[in-house]
Amino acid sequence: MSNDLINVSIWRGGEDGEYQTYQVPRLESQTVLDVVTYIQRELDPSLSYRFACRVGVCGSCAMTVNGKARWTCRTHVSKVAEGGQLTLDPLNSMPRVKDLVVDMETFFNKWADAKGSFKGDKTRDDALAYISPDDPKRKISSAGIECIGCGACYATCDVIKWNPDYLGPAALNRAWTLVNDERDVTGLERLAAVAGDNGCLGCHSQQGCVERCPKSLNPTGAIAGLKRETIKAVLKGELS
Amino acid sequence: MKNIHNHPNYWAFIMHRLSGLALAAFLPVHLYVLGLALADSSAFDDFISWSNTPLLKFLETGLVVFLSAHLTGGVRLLALEFLEWRDWQNSMVALSCGISICAGLVFFLNAT
Repeated sequence: MSNDLINVSIWRGGEDGEYQTYQVPRLESQTVLDVVTYIQRELDPSLSYRFACRVGVCGSCAMTVNGKARWTCRTHVSKVAEGGQLTLDPLNSMPRVKDLVVDMETFFNKWADAKGSFKGDKTRDDALAYISPDDPKRKISSAGIECIGCGACYATCDVIKWNPDYLGPAALNRAWTLVNDERDVTGLERLAAVAGDNGCLGCHSQQGCVERCPKSLNPTGAIAGLKRETIKAVLKGELS
Repeated sequence: MKNIHNHPNYWAFIMHRLSGLALAAFLPVHLYVLGLALADSSAFDDFISWSNTPLLKFLETGLVVFLSAHLTGGVRLLALEFLEWRDWQNSMVALSCGISICAGLVFFLNAT
């Protein structure tokens, strides 16, 4: 194969399907998303995939690239192509819709199950809450809020493969940011939602999510924090 | 193809599982042999002399490494889950691995 071409094998179909191979011209600073877009626009318009921002903000373009979940818009071909070969699959642990598109409904429903939405008790007539950026709890919360919901951690997590009801690293990380948000009033209701085998106590601390998070977040650290808060609440008799 | 499992904390997880299973399998044998000392002392003596062979010492060294790996790996997990998060998780894996190998070496050198 010429050095000027990349050999790209892409999963075509849903749960049943097969790989189809394309030859794509190699360009300088080319991302994996550039390669997929080239194939869809120049070689095969029937190829389905997702993207929006192209700059690592929206979290919609994650795929399995040569076996690992990655955000494709910020993944350079030169870093991941092994011998000029790219193999692209949809994300693991989510139902396949078509080609590189997966159904992320369960993934996002789990954010809701983990009480991942903010609930305050102030109205627009109340004064703004003053929280210093140096406040320890605010720092913990800030460390996790940059999640873009790409699903790379979820697709990597072994616990989800063993227990499909497990909430997963992204939803638990979200819950941990809210546990540390002083303005939020969900409190024990959230802790009850994220405790148990389907929640933080199911995590085996393998840290695959930490390895694969494109934003370098630390879901295992967040889950460890939830474990500590759960145990504290149980010892205080607030949670049974 | 890259393997998503090829990182230190996953290997530590596998080691913890395997050593746990090996120790669970060893414990009944251990208790049975200790029981021999009470029930049949000559059988116990026979077993002890049999266990003094180099092959058995080598296998025992493996057992000591597994025991040490399970102990240090367990302490590592407790620290990970009950203390504030440390960013040097890979170093903790390396430390528990190093301690286990040293424990095995000390045992083996004393045994030979």
